[in-house]
Amino acid sequence: MMMNALPPTQEQLDRPLIQVHDLSVRFGQQEVLRNINLSIPRGQSMVVIGESGCGKTVLLKTLIRLIAPTRGSVHFDGQDLAKLSEKELTSQRIRCGYVFQNAALFDSMTVGQNVSFPLRQHTNMSDREILERVRARLAEVGLPDSAMKKKPAELSGGMRKRVGLARALIMEPELILYDEPTTGLDPIMSDVINELMMRTRRHYSVTSIIVSHDMRTVRRVADRVVMICPVPRLQPGEPQMIFDGPPSELERCADRRVAQFVRGEAGERLMELRGSAAISA
Amino acid sequence: MEANRSGRLRDSLHDWVGDWGGVTIDAFSAIGDMALFAWSTLYWLVSRRPRRGTLLPILYQVGVLSLPVVALTGTFIGMVLAVQSFFQFQQLRMETRLGAVINMTLARELGPVLAATMLAGRVGSAMAAELGTMRVTEQIDALSSMGTNPIHYLVVPRFLAFVMLIPALTVMAVFMGVVGGYFYSVVILGIDKHHYLYNTREFVGSWDLFYGLAKSVFFGIAMAIVSCYQGFNCTAGAEGVGKAATAAFVHSFVLILLLDLMLGISLDAVYFALWPEGSSLF
Ligand SMILES: Nc1ncnc2c1ncn2[C@@H]1O[C@H](COP(=O)(O)OP(=O)(O)OP(=O)(O)O)[C@@H](O)[C@H]1O
Ligand SMILES: [Mg+2]
Repeated sequence: MMMNALPPTQEQLDRPLIQVHDLSVRFGQQEVLRNINLSIPRGQSMVVIGESGCGKTVLLKTLIRLIAPTRGSVHFDGQDLAKLSEKELTSQRIRCGYVFQNAALFDSMTVGQNVSFPLRQHTNMSDREILERVRARLAEVGLPDSAMKKKPAELSGGMRKRVGLARALIMEPELILYDEPTTGLDPIMSDVINELMMRTRRHYSVTSIIVSHDMRTVRRVADRVVMICPVPRLQPGEPQMIFDGPPSELERCADRRVAQFVRGEAGERLMELRGSAAISA
Repeated sequence: MEANRSGRLRDSLHDWVGDWGGVTIDAFSAIGDMALFAWSTLYWLVSRRPRRGTLLPILYQVGVLSLPVVALTGTFIGMVLAVQSFFQFQQLRMETRLGAVINMTLARELGPVLAATMLAGRVGSAMAAELGTMRVTEQIDALSSMGTNPIHYLVVPRFLAFVMLIPALTVMAVFMGVVGGYFYSVVILGIDKHHYLYNTREFVGSWDLFYGLAKSVFFGIAMAIVSCYQGFNCTAGAEGVGKAATAAFVHSFVLILLLDLMLGISLDAVYFALWPEGSSLF
């Protein structure tokens, strides 16, 4: 799927695919991301964890400029996304795949049309080729051929999510952003999707960024784990990324918030809840 | 006490100025936003052709499905015009002039304005709701993420459909109005057919038809931009979508009236510049 005629130089291969510099995002008065710095080399698969509402989805969307940052910059393959024209930005996005948290399927189209959409927009493949590819992708995510004719509204939540996954993978992109790919799936399907992510990575040597709450996903697919903390819970002057390292270090991390997240313990948060329940009682 | 009251007065004045300032700033930034939106629609319109597959269903939706309601409105308005003006003109013994009055009004004013209003209600608000739902369910983000520009894919075909089809629908409304007016005047009120047609031909010319069609194109541009803009800037939830649909219709309607007045003034200026001795009804 390389579009460039020239093979990439060594220098191009060495430079990180994504470089985030001093990124902040705010919505009105609410600060969601504060001074995030990240550098993601090619081929890495990085998992982002953090409690609900901490800004994981916002971070993912900012990486392909679906959300414009309030401050700071995102460089994709050495290019500052803010400096690109609409057209250039569009062509850079063809190199990415994005799995939306709520699938975001086109509800006026069938599953088959949804999955084949990028191919029809950006390639000149024949209908037969397209059909074959769509079939193969749907089979990978465990959906039968019969699903192809259905509308998204006729699918279950988990099936919709898998269609979204198939659609994001169909162009064999260099970078895939997964927003909670296994949430809402049964344990067996989760395992299939984890396997699929690993297989995709082996085959196409993609860079992946995965938002997940699923510790099994973290252990199986991550080379690197980043944990972000909601801005209101930060100590003054503390960076928002409270953990950045390989998954094996997660358990040994000295920060209580990280350990509690990994083990799924509410800790003092439970006390807060009990406190507010006692007040309202 | 005195200081306190003047302090309160100052505070409320302060609030008042602040509120109005806020409203004004919001209004201007919305207009600015819309201008940018229109600009990027224009940019994508000229920079890349839309695909046939995206244009055809919308042409069908805007044009074919709107024909019956536009034709029906046109017919009835033609007849209503005859009913309303007959009595006045009969007193002046000029009832054959009805042909001129009805058909002139239809071609210049009512045809284009009614066709546009029906379209704003039938298609514009549905379009805003559809695009608004796509915005809320992240389908527009999904388009961007797959390297397809949402303005090019969603707005340009809708814009083209409006601009191309609104003159056709206007012609339909005018034609049915002419038929309806003729039917009521000649068949029901018994006005002399020959004189009715003679007066029509004498006073209503191709300029009048051009005048109506020229206006309708501007109405189409305004409606397409307003409806799509409302959809794209929809706020979350079912309420947001409903609001976008309502706003699309109300804003379109206000714009149609405003444009109608301004275009009326400027087209008349053009007419009198070209033909200083215009014809008169009486
Ligand atoms: N478009 C928006 N407008 C205003 N606020 C927003 C918007 N999108 C997100 N937010 C706010 O940003 C914060 C982070 O949202 P985000 O969706 O990134 O959370 P998350 O980490 O993905 O949570 P979850 O795990 O539940 O998906 C939330 O507090 C939310 O209220
Ligand atoms: Mg999220």
